[in-house]
Amino acid sequence: MSTFVEEKDKLPGWNRPPVIEPDGDGELLEVAMGPHHPSTHGVFRMDVALDGERVIRLKPVFGYLHRNHEKLGEGMSYLGSMPFTDRLDYMCPLTNNWAYALAVEKLTGQEVPERAEYLRVILGELTRVVNHASAIGFLIQEMGASGTPLMYAFKQREKILDLFEALTGARMMVNYMRFGGCRVDATPAWLGAVRKVLDDLPQFADEFENLLRGNEILMARTQGVGILRPELAVNAGVTGPMLRASGVNYDIRKVDGYGIYNRFKFRVPLGEHWDVYDRFMIRLLEMRESFGIIDQALKDIPGGPIMDPKAKLRGFRPKPGEAYGRIEGPKGELGFYLISDGGPNPYRYRIRPPSLINLTVLEDMCLGSNVADVVLIFGSVDIVLGEVDR
Amino acid sequence: MKTVEEIKAAIEAAVPGAGVEVVPNPSVSGQHSLRLAASHAVEVATFLRDDAELALDFLSNATGVDWPDKEVSEKVKVTRTVSKIVDGTEQQVEETVEETRKHVVPGCLEAVYHLFSVAKKHGPVVIRMKTANRTDQVHLPSLTPVWRSAEFQEREIFDLFGIVFTGHPDLRRLLMWEEFKDHPMRRDYVEPDDFEYEPTAHDEVLKRAQERRAKLSAVVSGQEGAGA
Repeated sequence: MSTFVEEKDKLPGWNRPPVIEPDGDGELLEVAMGPHHPSTHGVFRMDVALDGERVIRLKPVFGYLHRNHEKLGEGMSYLGSMPFTDRLDYMCPLTNNWAYALAVEKLTGQEVPERAEYLRVILGELTRVVNHASAIGFLIQEMGASGTPLMYAFKQREKILDLFEALTGARMMVNYMRFGGCRVDATPAWLGAVRKVLDDLPQFADEFENLLRGNEILMARTQGVGILRPELAVNAGVTGPMLRASGVNYDIRKVDGYGIYNRFKFRVPLGEHWDVYDRFMIRLLEMRESFGIIDQALKDIPGGPIMDPKAKLRGFRPKPGEAYGRIEGPKGELGFYLISDGGPNPYRYRIRPPSLINLTVLEDMCLGSNVADVVLIFGSVDIVLGEVDR
Repeated sequence: MKTVEEIKAAIEAAVPGAGVEVVPNPSVSGQHSLRLAASHAVEVATFLRDDAELALDFLSNATGVDWPDKEVSEKVKVTRTVSKIVDGTEQQVEETVEETRKHVVPGCLEAVYHLFSVAKKHGPVVIRMKTANRTDQVHLPSLTPVWRSAEFQEREIFDLFGIVFTGHPDLRRLLMWEEFKDHPMRRDYVEPDDFEYEPTAHDEVLKRAQERRAKLSAVVSGQEGAGA
């Protein structure tokens, strides 16, 4: 693992985007891709300078969905922010809940009962399946395969969202986790329903993979495109499937072992070619590992309470201090940084958004490639604007 | 992993005169931090990244914190000499009185960085830097040349808190639009009545808006004075 240290040539500017000279003497064409463009997953803009079809410069422009979420968090109680975390990355509300609950538990030292930890793992991994399947669906959609792969993914997503609805009462805005546990307990019938959905998932993954993996168009358009070198990926703070597709073995579930992840057996897939195809395949493989984790969790889930009996929800005032808690979200490292001054509201409420920080290297990956590939490279980063702009 | 004290000693051995101090964290998380002097911050950061044992190659989170001026009142016992008439004659007598003294703790803006190591799989190491004040001396050295992941995050701090990072390759607003003037994450920020406000013939609307604005800023500065 010392490659990152050695490869750093320590020249100033090694981690900056390269300068690409236009060839020929034509004028550069400046294009604003977005903010309302089907390939940008929402209101996101890229200011691109093109020499013919080649990208010479690319500057992402943020803020169209900015609502100053962090300021809102400072103005309300700790628990009051929990439903707002659902709106960050609205594809994965449960992992957002989890990251926030984990940060507050770090700040106060609350314990989480075993059953609640298992429920968190089951829900977190189901969320990961939903996110990765949809991310692949959107990526292929942007390649021009209109509809079919995305509908394959959304068929499974519907089944999993039905599970979320049965447990939490909402498909997306779940507001489920609490500091020191979870809000409602799962019935045996619900766990049976998870098992039933889980039994179908490997077949779905096979189908999905067979549909896509060997597709000639997909291979031609993604292999060798959007290469991200591992040392730059680490230096630029890229996390999640993006980082592992660049061949860096760093999964916070393994590194921190937060919750009860130490108890589960799963592998961390790594990419070898660091391109868009690897990022697509890593998501497929991670989905399969998630099935295994859910299966183990369903087998081992104990009975018992789902809330720490000492947990205090109203009049909750943590002692002064600060804490940074992070989890391996489906898109990367999702962290919450909280400073308490002893009051009922956090003094500082900061979200570390994986989507925004993964976009740091978008320019580096796109420079020199064709403008049509920009759409694919952008799709392979897998972002949600609710989290980028906060 | 090394404790913060050991890291402090390692930094001081490698970068003479680094001026590092430990900031204890009283919460149970136990994530104590190191405050770097702005003058040596880039050198220290480069050391933290390249040191074989620490190898903090991954800057995860960079953020700002606003600490406004705070008025602290404390009770002090003061002994002074007063002239009193004792037994008909004037004498100098020592007397102890309790006085309430008020002083203002000057505010600052702070940048906080959470570092991890991908190579060694440890962390977090928290480093922080603070500005001299909140108005005109708000410059801090940028750590983007050391860790690229600070690029957008420092732009966000500049945008929302108003810390100016010297040495940042592309310091522009990130989330607010370029013509925007204020820094919304500051504690004393007052939001305008209407972001798209244009003066029109409606004088009374303008007057009402100005009154509300004056009232709001009075409320906010009042709160700041009484601050916790």
